[in-house]
Amino acid sequence: MKQLTIISGKGGTGKTTITAAFATLSVSHVIADCDVDAADLHLILNPTVEKREEFYGGRTAIIDKDKCQQCDECIRVCRFDAIEDYTVDPISCEGCGVCVHACPDGAVTMERHMSGHWFISHTRSGYMTHAKLGIAEENSGKLVTLVRQHAKLIAERESKQYIIIDGPPGIGCPVIAAIAGVDLLLAVTEPTLSGIHDLERVVGVARHFNVPVLVCINKYDINHDNSFAIEEYCKKNELEVVGKILYNPEVTKAMVKKQSVIEYPCGEVTKEITKIWKRVEHRLSNA
Amino acid sequence: MIISVASGKGGTGKTTIATSLALYLGNVQFLDCDVEEPNAHILLKPQINERISVGIPVPEVDKSKCTYCGKCAEVCEFNAIVVIKKKVLFFPELCHGCGGCAYICPEKAIKEVEREIGVIEKGNSGTIDFIHGILNVGEPMAPPLIRQVKKYILNSKSAVIDASPGTSCPVVEAVKGSDFCLLVTEPTPFGLNDLKLAVEMLRKLAVPCGVVINCADIGDEEVKRYCESEDIPILMTIPWDRRIAEAYSRGIPLIEALPEYQNSFSQLYEKIRGEFK
Repeated sequence: MKQLTIISGKGGTGKTTITAAFATLSVSHVIADCDVDAADLHLILNPTVEKREEFYGGRTAIIDKDKCQQCDECIRVCRFDAIEDYTVDPISCEGCGVCVHACPDGAVTMERHMSGHWFISHTRSGYMTHAKLGIAEENSGKLVTLVRQHAKLIAERESKQYIIIDGPPGIGCPVIAAIAGVDLLLAVTEPTLSGIHDLERVVGVARHFNVPVLVCINKYDINHDNSFAIEEYCKKNELEVVGKILYNPEVTKAMVKKQSVIEYPCGEVTKEITKIWKRVEHRLSNA
Repeated sequence: MIISVASGKGGTGKTTIATSLALYLGNVQFLDCDVEEPNAHILLKPQINERISVGIPVPEVDKSKCTYCGKCAEVCEFNAIVVIKKKVLFFPELCHGCGGCAYICPEKAIKEVEREIGVIEKGNSGTIDFIHGILNVGEPMAPPLIRQVKKYILNSKSAVIDASPGTSCPVVEAVKGSDFCLLVTEPTPFGLNDLKLAVEMLRKLAVPCGVVINCADIGDEEVKRYCESEDIPILMTIPWDRRIAEAYSRGIPLIEALPEYQNSFSQLYEKIRGEFK
């Protein structure tokens, strides 16, 4: 069983569109949506939830007003400015618990709180694990790890060949959690200066964690010079460019129809992504 | 006034809107709080004149004082410090810099030292004070760096904040304390889904918001319908325009590539002020 994560650095380059297309093209896989704070893949794959579980991320401090003597010690030690008027702001609270140890009156306790849900679902393109992080919650990295663990359990149980992971944008903790230990990454970029800048940083993260990367350029005809610059960058850094996808407004129509770009044919886009999947699958099976 | 620009979904045009709004306003601070993938400098091309290393305090154990009692490991909620027999192991990427270990150590054997997680660059783009944070590659935690970037906000000037996509901690850190948040979206199912999440987040943070619909003529009418039903003002709509996409791809701000948008940003700002009152 091999794992592939689709990443981008910059948001909105087409990760989920490509993941959904791969879900249609691949025949033996489990899908994991690891963009847990703004998940969108379910809008295309329309999952039927088979199992729904609560996610407990971290803990938050609570001050017992009856015990509190207002000595201000908790406020002094809190590095996250989370305590005001002897009340903890759960959004600012980092969950470190230093205030619990600092309080001479035993008025502060830590409480676990539910910070989201994760799901095992069935879709027309096979099993899918996904999650919904609670609003303004932390610990998205932990939730990503959980979604991946369950995808792996299902893939092993059902003898599936691949786990296809839709990654989050950026380079921070949820991205690191989504790429740690996978066999291959596909970085989806676009020919904008921002796209190139962000690609370089996300490739840096991939190298940091020693995961091989393939690159595909989406909407490559928006700026041919930049597309050429991306190819030059990739050549210099020994990164294979596995595909160049044209801009096509039909892609948005497919999304509105809740279909992947394979199910709702988008001409050259469909052809190119099919070619990309073949190359990715080849690399993945030899990883 | 602090105006933040967020979106939920990535790639909807946050940086396009934030930079052109700042250029229209002129005498403002611009803070790029998307420290994982900062891009505003590509459009604003600031002259950087100061670079500040940002770290978080992490423990350094004085072995001559340490009795390996294990209290530091007990207190650490993040499992960043572990004591095994006569060894203290420290995992820097897991450390949140809360200072719990140093606080609890009965032997005063733990001293805190700064570990760099990123840098802040300050400069000018015309009359705009430009500040951005750049998270070091491989670092997981963006919020402490975002907190430091926001410490540069002055009371004497308006500020425009560019946030990262999503709705979790880095975005919360970037937008909290704003007087108003602009949510840039596109009229597609993904745009709508993530807009709803962003609206919920802002309601929890008690930050008033309005919506900018970008690429307004693609997709469907659902975003408009949602905004109407939730009483969220639509402050600006921008049609899909190849010239805008091309200008962005070359790092040219919208308001410079298409000066006719000057008026749209003037109206946008007036509407924000109207909402804010």
